[in-house]
Amino acid sequence: MLEKALRGTGSYFAWVAFLLILIGVGFLFYLKQLGYGLGITGMSRDISWGVYIGQFTFLVGVAASAVMLVLPYYLHNYKVFGKITILGEFLAVASVTMCVTFVVVDLGQPMRVFNALLYPTPNSILFWDIVVLQGYLFLNIIIGWTVLSAERKGAPPPKWVKPLIYLSIPWAVSIHTVTAFLYAGLPGRGFWLTAIMAPRFLGSAFASGPSLLILFCLFLRRYTKFDAGWEAIQTLAKIVTYAMIISVFFVGCELFTVFYSQIPEHMYHFTYLFTGLHGHAGLVPWMWICVVLAFIALALLINPKTRNNETTLPIACAAVFFSLWIEKGITLVITGYVPSPLETITDYSPTIPEMGIALGVWGLGFLILTVLYKVTLGVREENAK
Amino acid sequence: MDNTRRSFLKIAGLSVLGLGAKPVGEALAQGAQPKVEPFPNAKVGKRWAMVVDHKKCLKAKDGCKDCLIACHTVHNVPSFDNPKDAVKWIWLEPFEHAFPGQENKYIEEYIKVSLKGLKMVVLCNHCDNPACVRVCPVQATFRRDDGIVAMDYHRCIGCRFCMAACPYGARSLNWRDPRPFIKTELNREYPTRMRGVVEKCNFCAERLAKGQNPACVDACKEKALIFGDLEDANSEIRQVLRTNPTIQRKAHLGTRPEVYYIL
Amino acid sequence: MYNSGKIIIGIIIFLGLITYPFWRNVGKAATPPKLEVGTQEKQCVEPTAFMKSSHMQLLDQWRDEVVRNKKRVYVSSTGKTYTMSLQNTCTKCHAKKSEFCDRCHNYVDVSPRCWDCHIAPVEQQQQAARGDK
Repeated sequence: MLEKALRGTGSYFAWVAFLLILIGVGFLFYLKQLGYGLGITGMSRDISWGVYIGQFTFLVGVAASAVMLVLPYYLHNYKVFGKITILGEFLAVASVTMCVTFVVVDLGQPMRVFNALLYPTPNSILFWDIVVLQGYLFLNIIIGWTVLSAERKGAPPPKWVKPLIYLSIPWAVSIHTVTAFLYAGLPGRGFWLTAIMAPRFLGSAFASGPSLLILFCLFLRRYTKFDAGWEAIQTLAKIVTYAMIISVFFVGCELFTVFYSQIPEHMYHFTYLFTGLHGHAGLVPWMWICVVLAFIALALLINPKTRNNETTLPIACAAVFFSLWIEKGITLVITGYVPSPLETITDYSPTIPEMGIALGVWGLGFLILTVLYKVTLGVREENAK
Repeated sequence: MDNTRRSFLKIAGLSVLGLGAKPVGEALAQGAQPKVEPFPNAKVGKRWAMVVDHKKCLKAKDGCKDCLIACHTVHNVPSFDNPKDAVKWIWLEPFEHAFPGQENKYIEEYIKVSLKGLKMVVLCNHCDNPACVRVCPVQATFRRDDGIVAMDYHRCIGCRFCMAACPYGARSLNWRDPRPFIKTELNREYPTRMRGVVEKCNFCAERLAKGQNPACVDACKEKALIFGDLEDANSEIRQVLRTNPTIQRKAHLGTRPEVYYIL
Repeated sequence: MYNSGKIIIGIIIFLGLITYPFWRNVGKAATPPKLEVGTQEKQCVEPTAFMKSSHMQLLDQWRDEVVRNKKRVYVSSTGKTYTMSLQNTCTKCHAKKSEFCDRCHNYVDVSPRCWDCHIAPVEQQQQAARGDK
């Protein structure tokens, strides 16, 4: 079926070429990083995780969003999602690939990455993160490919796919729960040491992933023959709405706990985010953009007229996506380190090579997504004839 | 799948198993293991710990850094100009950073006036319940049975999860090749590290193995660093702990740090 | 088969390219390097044949015993004891890395990472160790 990705319009190939250039540039920067060391990034002794892990954190949520299509369709027979579950599964494949790639480019000794398999360490959450991410990747590749091949042949998918699909539902929840546990179990980092870290991850996953899916569906509706159906898009939009409300509510809960208890150690992180701390205000603009975008999104999503409107819905979805990208991809990781456990403040800003590598990984993810979606469209078009 | 292809695959599978039997058998058949032993004069302890006596540290000359220099020299620790890349095994911090959350206006005044702005000696606490060991996915950092939290630089993948987990900021990644930045005289008996691995104080395990004290302990002219085995009721460190009140850094986190401070 | 002409030509070109290293070196014998052992000692930690075949495994064992198991002394099959240290024991005899270790390693094209951390004996280190820039 892959040959379907080799035929396309001029703009399709231009897009693929653009992605290949992004990946190429990212790869060259990565070679530089291999030679010099991770010091080529903006990370430091006090801020030892940065853009790479931030992107990984955000993308784990996007990957899990496939379950928002699979659960209603397979578990509750919500036929309306029938056409687009495959899009969710392939988005999961692309996202998890990006997650794994971001982790590998973040390693100081990437050639030793297999040590994690040679010396399995069940008490380490990172070990389990590797297990669940790899498992989820394989699950979605196998499920998506098999179901699509069956569709192409005009036959029902083989029986053994069903248990895998059912397995993928709790497994999706596990990937962002385990990733949240990476942060939520560390005694020295008060910003992350919150019981609602995993629920927050779930909330933002189910808002950011489906909103990206809506954007894809609207794009495909406009520029290809693939129409997901307005009802499917509207159901997804309702899911995004409630998930976004919950996500914002969770952040509100954090703010209350921290500022009502007035414990300085806890307040410092949020003060740094919203107003700056001792003159260090690097993340303040990001945080406020995130807040403004979130409220724009909520305003457009809660109002059924704007949610139902083909012009305002994509604006709302983009607002959700970027707001949560800022929240999980940028502010979550950096703020955990500011102030440090010694209550010192170090600033962080990514360097050009770091951003180049990050963009390269995003390019890789989008390339995988493009190819898989093109194959899907190709199969659907072929079947329509 | 027709019959001939099936039988071919069956025969192929059996052949692989058969061919694989010999190397597996050889690997499992272990020969006599050579003997390995510790040095005969190694210091042996069940729970190594340290007391930092700032009353004695106060008596040292202004700006004394003897312990830092000794440690960083013996272990070929690099010295970077850019604080971003800093690698520190043992260093000095003002009181409010060594014991965050404990400070108040009047302690700060006490330290400024009566202790002449003395800074606290901080290092890896070799915790009894170390968070860094809990999170390492490859056991590159591990707790020895004598209490020392050790690093295996050969295995470290540089994921920096341990750096996130440590509540004391005791760990440093080599963000770049450290060798050009070793400003002290190279100790040819101890390796350097390479870029991409995390390092920290090791309680001088290599010196303990030879029967010596940690370098910082020997270097301190005021004998402000007391090192010893907590399980030995007659040791100097137990005597010091019996006769002086001590505090630990962030004791409430449950890491059970084994560096005790006399302020 | 379809396009058999093109395919067969393609296979021939492929085979030619992939066997290039062999027929390019026809007639030339690449002689194994001669090693300067670096010492008058007749006996290494273990017998020479064992060291030739398994010095890497031995070093791995030394590494794990020293770093992870607190052991520092190795009792060899010859009965003698040695401190388990690449940097301090092996190089006491094999003092010239470029004339001993590197010769074989370059010949078989392996680059062990040991020397990234373990300090090689003096002849190599004039430039590398200090940052006098």
